[in-house]
Amino acid sequence: MSITIKDVQHVARLARLHLSPEEEAMFTEQMNAILQYAEKLGGLDTEGVQPTTHVLHVSNVMREDVVKESLSVEDAMLNAPEEEDGQFKVPAVLE
Amino acid sequence: MPSSKYETVIGLEVHVELHTKSKIFCGCSTEFGAPPNTHTCPVCLGHPGVLPVLNRQAVDYAMKAAMALNCTVGDVSKFDRKNYFYPDSPKAYQISQFDQPIGLNGWIDIEVNGETKRIGITRLHLEEDAGKLTHVDGGFASLVDFNRVGTPLIEIVSEPDLRSPEEARAYLEKIRAIMQYCDVSDVKMEEGSMRCDANISLRPIGQEEFGIRAELKNMNSFRGVLRGLEYEEYRQAEILDGGGEVEQETRRWDDAQGKTLTMRGKEEAHDYRYFPDPDLIVLHIDDAWREAVRSSIPELPDARRARYSEEYGLPAYDAGVITASKPLADFFEGSLNYTGDAKAVANWIMGDLLAFLNGNNLELSEAKITPQGLGEMIGLIEKGTISSKIAKTVFKEMLETGKLPAQIVEEKGLVQISDEGAIKGIVEAVVAANPQSVDDYKAGKQKAIGFLVGQVMKESKGKANPGLVNKLLAEVLNS
Repeated sequence: MSITIKDVQHVARLARLHLSPEEEAMFTEQMNAILQYAEKLGGLDTEGVQPTTHVLHVSNVMREDVVKESLSVEDAMLNAPEEEDGQFKVPAVLE
Repeated sequence: MPSSKYETVIGLEVHVELHTKSKIFCGCSTEFGAPPNTHTCPVCLGHPGVLPVLNRQAVDYAMKAAMALNCTVGDVSKFDRKNYFYPDSPKAYQISQFDQPIGLNGWIDIEVNGETKRIGITRLHLEEDAGKLTHVDGGFASLVDFNRVGTPLIEIVSEPDLRSPEEARAYLEKIRAIMQYCDVSDVKMEEGSMRCDANISLRPIGQEEFGIRAELKNMNSFRGVLRGLEYEEYRQAEILDGGGEVEQETRRWDDAQGKTLTMRGKEEAHDYRYFPDPDLIVLHIDDAWREAVRSSIPELPDARRARYSEEYGLPAYDAGVITASKPLADFFEGSLNYTGDAKAVANWIMGDLLAFLNGNNLELSEAKITPQGLGEMIGLIEKGTISSKIAKTVFKEMLETGKLPAQIVEEKGLVQISDEGAIKGIVEAVVAANPQSVDDYKAGKQKAIGFLVGQVMKESKGKANPGLVNKLLAEVLNS
């Protein structure tokens, strides 16, 4: 298994990152090195071991269905790049 | 379809908003229609460093829905991140479920053209809803309201078992009814608390392999689903008939134009990079929890339909129409506390009541009539206090005012005239005023009596007992 420059370009596009050709080459090399290192795990016997999705040994942490106070519109808007009529205003992204 | 060489294959993805009081991962209210951004907090706005905490009621509702759809609810369920950039999602990922959803491998039965068909349900998973965008400035900017972000949703994915738009509609209606009976959602397509996407493809009849499919979005009503799928069926058949190949793409149903339009092609297909959400821990579901939820599931539409046929002798069609809506079925049963004539109740519900609701685009809860009112009105007809004709007037009044029939009859003076002397007076006057009809009748024209009956009813303002009118008229004419 190895990462090609196409994979790096694809992942960069998904992450909305603009990489230069030099960066693409560098990340291809680095990602391959990381994956090769992780491949050592493939040598372990994991027969009968459940996949780890979480390192904490707790489960079923839940809250009751109770409404709590929300932020004021003013506070909610503090991080808005632009605001109009109590709403966040952003450039249109049309599908 | 241009030709019938093809078989249609449809699978549906249905989203249902669960009607919890608070959101799935924070305590903000899920109330519909609040001013924009008044129900947000750092968790649902996706601020850095916040932690989601799962709403127990949302899990209970999802399990209930899964069991009602005959899904297996496993011992372990977990949450995953579905990654995508879009302004309606403040975190740039949606918390959803990937490989360990709440429910798997379910089914429901649908009825189309009098036949029952079993439709498989692949999975049911729990996830959070996104925000609402309003496009402004001539389409160059969007306003974002995050009130809906974090409203709990279940997504129900069917197997590609549906073979026509009609079956898809029946499936959707059955899902809605089951969710309504389980009381986990308002399931109103027009308000967005139930939404539907479809995958549709055609294949030559007899071919095992599926054809290339299109994904269809934005069908916001039952009618929209039916029309959108019918259009797509037609479009794909035309392409295939012309020797072409259907493109795998996502298409949007445009209700105003009555057609589907390309949204995005295969090469732009999403790559969501699901991975387990490290902020949420695994759910362990044991038998005690499963049984507690299972015992909260009420009698479901199919069982109720069967019982109406058996217990009340309703025709299958009537039982199907009434049980398709829980409020309607509850109304039906409520009326039976006041009359024993189930068929009459069913007739009034399916006739005058549904005509009124559909004609005015109303929900049953918006009409003022009560089950007691309908039950008692049928009693009044049985006793001969009012005629069926007068009952129509009484029924209309009940729909609008909610008054009980006895009060309406008294206030409007609608009591049926069953006094022989009074009716005979009218009959004699009508006979005297219509010698031509009398002659016709005596000459053997039986039809003439119908006209005379009509005149008597008119004179009595519809209140004369029709049985007595017929009897007295015959007596007078034959004397």
